[in-house]
Amino acid sequence: MKSQVVSPASKVYVRQEAAPVLPPPGSLIGPLAWVRDNLFSSPGNILLTVVAAALAYISIPGFLNFLFFDAVWSGADREACIAKNGILPGACWAFVRDRFSFFIYGFYPVDERWRVDLFFVLGTIGVAWMLWLKAPRRDIGMIYFLIVLPVVSYYLLGGASWLGLPAVDTARWGGLMVTLVVAGVGIVASLPLGILLALGRRSRLPVVKFFSVLFIEFVRGVPLITVLFMANTMLPLFLPDNITVDKLLRALVGIGLFASAYMAEVVRAGLQALPKGQYEGAMAMGLGYWQMMRLIILPQALKVTIPNIVNTYIGLFKDTSLLLIVGIFDFLKAIETARIDPQWAAPTTSPTGYAFAAIVYFMFCYGMASYARAMERRLSVADKR
Amino acid sequence: MKKVLMSVAVGAAFVMAAGSASAQTLNQVKSRGVLQCGSNTGLAGFGQPDAQGNWTGLDVDYCRAVAAAIFNDATKVKFVPLSAKDRFTALQSGEVDVLVRNTTWTMSRDTQLGLEFGPVNYYDGQGFMVRKKLKIASAMELSGASVCTQQGTTTELNLADFFRANKLKYEVVAFASSDETIKAYDAGRCDVFTTDASGLYAERLKLTAPDDHIVLPEIISKEPLGAAWRHGDNQWGDIVKWTHYAMVTAEELGVTKANVDEMLKSTNPDVKRLLGTEGKFGEAIGLTNDWAYRIIKHVGNYGESFDKNVGAGSRLKIARGVNALWSKGGLQYAPPIR
Repeated sequence: MKSQVVSPASKVYVRQEAAPVLPPPGSLIGPLAWVRDNLFSSPGNILLTVVAAALAYISIPGFLNFLFFDAVWSGADREACIAKNGILPGACWAFVRDRFSFFIYGFYPVDERWRVDLFFVLGTIGVAWMLWLKAPRRDIGMIYFLIVLPVVSYYLLGGASWLGLPAVDTARWGGLMVTLVVAGVGIVASLPLGILLALGRRSRLPVVKFFSVLFIEFVRGVPLITVLFMANTMLPLFLPDNITVDKLLRALVGIGLFASAYMAEVVRAGLQALPKGQYEGAMAMGLGYWQMMRLIILPQALKVTIPNIVNTYIGLFKDTSLLLIVGIFDFLKAIETARIDPQWAAPTTSPTGYAFAAIVYFMFCYGMASYARAMERRLSVADKR
Repeated sequence: MKKVLMSVAVGAAFVMAAGSASAQTLNQVKSRGVLQCGSNTGLAGFGQPDAQGNWTGLDVDYCRAVAAAIFNDATKVKFVPLSAKDRFTALQSGEVDVLVRNTTWTMSRDTQLGLEFGPVNYYDGQGFMVRKKLKIASAMELSGASVCTQQGTTTELNLADFFRANKLKYEVVAFASSDETIKAYDAGRCDVFTTDASGLYAERLKLTAPDDHIVLPEIISKEPLGAAWRHGDNQWGDIVKWTHYAMVTAEELGVTKANVDEMLKSTNPDVKRLLGTEGKFGEAIGLTNDWAYRIIKHVGNYGESFDKNVGAGSRLKIARGVNALWSKGGLQYAPPIR
């Protein structure tokens, strides 16, 4: 009898490889399951989903039709955007195209507008240098952004006879340029001033503390409109005849001080959120007051307040539109003025102008918010162990 | 303490205002090299930036004319856009030299604000717009009509007065903003739309079918819009006044932007006095004798300015109506230059 060589495998059931992983049942994956989990998981959610879908169905097609499909993209005047055969076209983008340069530059002389363009380029470089974390020599970027850029912009936009740049009165500034100048100055000035005021408010020196509290509470207790009115209508009455403070400068100072009072409270919240041990630790290391603040306290305090700081910035950016009530032609005012021009007056002109304003404001504000979110994620790495 | 501070501040304000009034505005303007003109922040046909950012309009032309008379250059004007709230303070404080900003000349403004009002460059007043298909020719036929108007304005009060005085029935449909009002009228919420006549023509362009609507002839309120300057500087007042009168006189005499150079050779004594080839009328108000020539050369006569900005040559197509020359049944009348 021949002995049989039997491989163990044939005799005993030994699994040599892992069983193939079966896909989860169809009811748990795929778009259908996602929809069920996220949109129809409970009666409440079902209701919300249905209502939201109905709203979207009602509003979105009309919105898209107005903004894109029925819109008028080119034309020379209102004839392009008026009703034809009794049917009203959608958004009058031809109007925005025609007045685009007015929205950006306002009354800035046409021959000098390259200076504004250069200002935009320099500003973009500065912002990118500051915000892009891997950029080389960010210390120089800081000096560029906080010192070089403001000085250069001042002469570039206002004019400098020694450089051969004709003076352009600020009454001729306007449009998006003014919005960015005012918001930029407010943003750049309010953080350092706000930090100083916040430190002042928590100072042990009674006089410093008193004036910080006085300033913050006074400014916070007054609406921005009032501040602008004060700066615009009251101030000239008190100044002698031959001294006129520039209208835009008055508004800039008003907005800068206003924003720093709010910023002070935001920073103070951050300072108070830090445990006392941080202060004591720093003092135990033998650090002086300013060293302690610069090296230990502020980096942590500012980190926790990033969402609030950006919130204040976004609010400030949008508050610049209040300038229109004191007769400064910011971006929104430029649109407001252009939309009533008889050359373009048509039923859809105003909605188009406002839609354009909304898009531009959204781009800037969403940009700020997104950057802040990314920043927060990066800085919170330390908190996640 | 607070009271003391307050009274010091208010006192200072008055001293400043008084101080600025007696100062020689013309010298200030000349040494500054530019006229500061308080203008509208945007009103169709009267003060409105074009696509390149240049101010245009009837009020703007008035300012340019003053600058032309002084500097022989209509571009030497700095337009200071003022809201309705801060226009008078800006003038009182010396921030602007003259205010030409569709400002209604009323007794209280003329007498209580330390201001002087000048010639009326546009006689405005409240009017009505209706649909053509209603076949209404006069406001007297509006009994029982529903009227769209803006809330809380004098328009609403004038409306009530007019209908009550004429014993007509009506119903007001009021809205917060002018945009809403015209939209509601367009949608058929009411039969009649009312606001100042100049505004009616501007708002009409926003309708779906502007040609289906007409403006009724009745004007139910007086809104004389003119220039204003600080009280007490009479020489400056003369310049502002006569700038307008020169434009009106030029229209009356048929002197236009195009033919003003030829007109210098005219033998008509009125034309000669206007253009300064005879007499020394310009020097008498502190300018050169060709002051009116400069105005007409750079800006044109009143009729040309009206036509270009608000009249038949513009999109507003406002009829001359009461703003026609006195010789054509209107109210524009200039005292003789002699």
